[in-house]
Amino acid sequence: MEIWLFYLFGGIALISAVSVVAQRRLVYSAISLIVCLCALSGIYLLLKAQFIAAVQVIVYAGAIMVLFLFVIMLLDPFSPPVLTDKRKRLGYVGASMGGIALVLLYPLLKAYDLSKVPHEPETLVPASDVQRIGHALFTDYLLPFEVTSILILVGIIGAVVLAKKQA
Amino acid sequence: MGILPYLILSALLFTIGTVGVIVKKNVIAIFLCIELMLNAANLSFVAFSSYLGQTHGQIFVFLVMVVAAAEAAVGLAITIALYRNRKTLSVDDADIMKW
Repeated sequence: MEIWLFYLFGGIALISAVSVVAQRRLVYSAISLIVCLCALSGIYLLLKAQFIAAVQVIVYAGAIMVLFLFVIMLLDPFSPPVLTDKRKRLGYVGASMGGIALVLLYPLLKAYDLSKVPHEPETLVPASDVQRIGHALFTDYLLPFEVTSILILVGIIGAVVLAKKQA
Repeated sequence: MGILPYLILSALLFTIGTVGVIVKKNVIAIFLCIELMLNAANLSFVAFSSYLGQTHGQIFVFLVMVVAAAEAAVGLAITIALYRNRKTLSVDDADIMKW
């Protein structure tokens, strides 16, 4: 059952990821990415990470992608694809770079013998317990968590300053 | 079922994102591909977190999402400023800082 769900969600994620790159219109690209994010959220559920799955849909697909769509529609709603490929060769370069990246990643995955990593799956409490995440977030990771809020603040101010009309 | 399939899926998604960053010329399309790469990394984090039975990986995913949100906000603001000043979304035309 798990393997079929993995194939289903993984297939959807891969197809929509290819669609993100292949689409010529930005709105279609963005919507493909939303589909991909939702499929990844299903995969997080398979990995028993319910909290991350929920955050993925609510924050990523819900908030960040809406921001993207908002800007896309603000800038070029129905203009013909801005960038028809003047340089077809770039596609070949990209494809070969992707092939090289895969070739480099494959031995990494092969060489890393997962069975040697110590883990006790039997004794696990579910790793995604929201309570456990919250506890870790407010004890061990308190400083990164607070720095995160400063980062968000800087992001907000930076976005406002950059996008403001110059007087 | 171990976590190897998840890692392979993550590697494939990351590669697709990389190819997109190289091939695309629209700023926003490149942003979308970067988001794809971030999500591929997130998938690895969650897979290892689930495999090791620890929450640390999921907290990192949480932080990555925050950084992605901040990055999207600032990056899109820069895109708007670029479009306002140069009337273009192409990275090829945004060469004012090139020497």
